[in-house]
Amino acid sequence: MSEEPASPVIMRSMLGRARGLGSAKSGTATWWAERVTSLALIPLTLWFVVAVLSLHGTSRADMMHWAANPITATLLVALVLATFQHMQLGLQAVIEDYIHVEAVKTTSLLVMKAVVLLLGLACLISVLKLAFAG
Amino acid sequence: MTDTRDALMMARTSDGRTVRRPLSPHLQIYKPQITSGLSIFHRITGCALSVGTLLLAWWLVAAATSDAAFATASWFIGSPIGLLLLFGWTAALWFHFCAGIRHLFWDAGLGFELPTVHATGKAVLVATAVLTVVTWIVVFAIL
Repeated sequence: MSEEPASPVIMRSMLGRARGLGSAKSGTATWWAERVTSLALIPLTLWFVVAVLSLHGTSRADMMHWAANPITATLLVALVLATFQHMQLGLQAVIEDYIHVEAVKTTSLLVMKAVVLLLGLACLISVLKLAFAG
Repeated sequence: MTDTRDALMMARTSDGRTVRRPLSPHLQIYKPQITSGLSIFHRITGCALSVGTLLLAWWLVAAATSDAAFATASWFIGSPIGLLLLFGWTAALWFHFCAGIRHLFWDAGLGFELPTVHATGKAVLVATAVLTVVTWIVVFAIL
């Protein structure tokens, strides 16, 4: 926004100002998704940290044996999906809050979503490959 | 005034003058407090953990690729730089985990009284320290 002095004439009715840009209708969807994924990540993170600690120092064969267990694979897939969805929403909030130039904001959002998606897919494919290798 | 957002920035003072609304937050005049400190730290750790997922991705992709790739990833994670990154990652993880639970209670409408906010803020810091230390005691106990 420019630094010009405030104009004394506002060509907008009070009702128009109150209505603003109008409701986005689905405005709470991302807010909810961030909360739901964070709730899911509470037990998943605890499980993952304990699992990784118990794997500490073991060989690739042991790790593959662990990842091939269907329950482990299920939890790993859930962890990867929740983590990258939560991460994407969180980074989106940060970008939208701090970048105010529209073109830079849109470009940052697109690049961030592409990187997060590719990283998440790489994790997912790896987890599935380990799951089906066993 | 060029667009709707500019129009929305217009306001009147009590004596009728039109002014441009001040933008929040006024970081330069706020005193640092545990509330604002933990709030921004939640975002910083969230961003740090996002970068940290590269390590998670490397580990999983390497395990699914080959013995050599897994050996390289294990070597890096076990190196001094890798351990330092992993330590930072676990500390950020436990902070974001605890502060996130605090946020979820707020989302449910609980814990907004100021003494409670300060108490839970301190609890988050203590829990982060305890969980991080316990995690690394386990790491070195297994080694």
